[in-house]
Amino acid sequence: MLNKLIFANLGHRPIRTLLSVLAIAVEVTMILTLVGVSYGTLDGTANRARGVGADILFRPPGSSAIGLSSAPMSDKLPKLLMQEPHVTFAMGTMVQPLSGFDTINGVDLEEFRKLNGGFHYLQGGPPVNDDDMVVDEFYARQKHLHVGDTVELINHTWKISGISESGKLARLCVKLPVLQALTGNPGHLSQIFIKLDDPGRAQEVVDALRLKYPGYQIYTMEEFTSLLSINSVGLLRNFIGVVIGIAVVVGFIVVFMAMYTAVLERTREIGILKAVGGSSALILNILFRETLVLALLGSVLGIVLTYGTQWLMRHVVPASLVQETVYGWWPIATGVAIVGALLGAIVPGIKAVNQDVTEALSYE
Amino acid sequence: MSEPAIIQIIGLTKTYQVGDVPVHALRGVNLEVGKGEFVAIIGASGSGKSTLFHVLGGLTPATSGTVRINGRDLAGMTNEERTNLRKTVVGFVFQKYNLLPTLSAEDNIRIVRYIANRNTEFDPAFQEVVGLLGIADRMKHKPRALSGGQQQRVAIARGIVNSPAILLADEPTGNLDSENSAAVLKLMKDLNRRLGQTILMITHDSDAASYADRVVRMRDGCIV
Repeated sequence: MLNKLIFANLGHRPIRTLLSVLAIAVEVTMILTLVGVSYGTLDGTANRARGVGADILFRPPGSSAIGLSSAPMSDKLPKLLMQEPHVTFAMGTMVQPLSGFDTINGVDLEEFRKLNGGFHYLQGGPPVNDDDMVVDEFYARQKHLHVGDTVELINHTWKISGISESGKLARLCVKLPVLQALTGNPGHLSQIFIKLDDPGRAQEVVDALRLKYPGYQIYTMEEFTSLLSINSVGLLRNFIGVVIGIAVVVGFIVVFMAMYTAVLERTREIGILKAVGGSSALILNILFRETLVLALLGSVLGIVLTYGTQWLMRHVVPASLVQETVYGWWPIATGVAIVGALLGAIVPGIKAVNQDVTEALSYE
Repeated sequence: MSEPAIIQIIGLTKTYQVGDVPVHALRGVNLEVGKGEFVAIIGASGSGKSTLFHVLGGLTPATSGTVRINGRDLAGMTNEERTNLRKTVVGFVFQKYNLLPTLSAEDNIRIVRYIANRNTEFDPAFQEVVGLLGIADRMKHKPRALSGGQQQRVAIARGIVNSPAILLADEPTGNLDSENSAAVLKLMKDLNRRLGQTILMITHDSDAASYADRVVRMRDGCIV
């Protein structure tokens, strides 16, 4: 019976109900999109690192898991590392950050081929000239690039020599010495990929290298990719926390306004319910159930809208932003929406409960 | 008086504070209503009859005096106890019907049973009353689809659905034309006669009051 009244109340003001649901949906979409992009970006980075085919990653002291902004290691280091037990091959690359999450990577393509067979080209082939660049299929799609096209990056004009299948090392690769020279880092590397004769000994080799090269960030590839998670990246974790906080406030304001208006508008009806024996608990029950329905409908719509943002990113910025569907966050985002909404219903609820019956009944 | 008093009012006063000015709406009202009686309280606007209605219904507390409904003193009641009183002991019929606009006529009646924690299925006796009120074919309609007379009949059905000891009616015909007024008053009279329903009706209309067994007049907050 009570549910009938609640749905009748919500249906009585369809525009207000729709706007409330939509606002809560935007709140949920905001959380899920941010989390999805975070997961997508980190997983993409992890997949490309795995795609290199190395067993160990060797990085400079003080570097973070998510990005590299300098090239402080000597390019003589790979040769030294190749003398270590079980190391069969070591290849250095240089990483130059671009805008957003994009980077341009300098790589010796012959060494890269030795490590994992090289890129699989969908169009064109490897760089021949110093200005040649290989881009992956997503970057090419996002920037509408074809083999032979030129692209302006780090104050340099590059010519697309090949479009590769995604998932290996980076989205943009150029010749290592060219990038080193262009960025003023001749003879320097950002990271080194190490291949072992027995991948099962990766941890053992990492332990030995850590003793020999203290301060360097040395990981098995499994360990490195596990670091690429939201909880491991403090900045991202804090950012998501802030967005969740904003989402709770948005939900609070939306529901506060909607329910406050509803209570004002339904002053007389609340008076009627009280006059026929409705208790304060009943009035609160009705308001909170209405709020819960709004929050749940908003959450469902928000989840559906997330597929829309995912589609949009896949078609507009497939290389820059990759959004994953993170099912584990559905209940969290729904919980955030419910908490924000219920908080927003408290003050209107108190107002409804405290309404004088006789005044409410004479309300026009 | 045909039955023992179901309503006992002794020295009842009610004073409102309007700004700094005290307004004495009730000034020592004494009244007894017997079980099964149909009493009309008649008076002009401002005579205190609506305030008496609100106090009797437990909608607002008295300032002083004793009000006993079915043997229970309202003065000592907590808010919760007054709420319980309204659930089962007192039924209301208002001038403006006061039906919930989002619910059908049937659901307006059912929700009162739900609030009183009673089975929401209507028993045969109630079905008979619905038939008597002439609203059986309008039960699925929302209030806005009903005429004033039909809405007031639904309100009466709602008022008696939990078999209250007393039905309090505040100007039940105040918004109705003469034809519908007569029909509603006749219905109330029938309910009183057939079911022995105690009714206390507030009105300013002497024609309406003539349907009651007894007419009590109020002026300036007192029974005269």
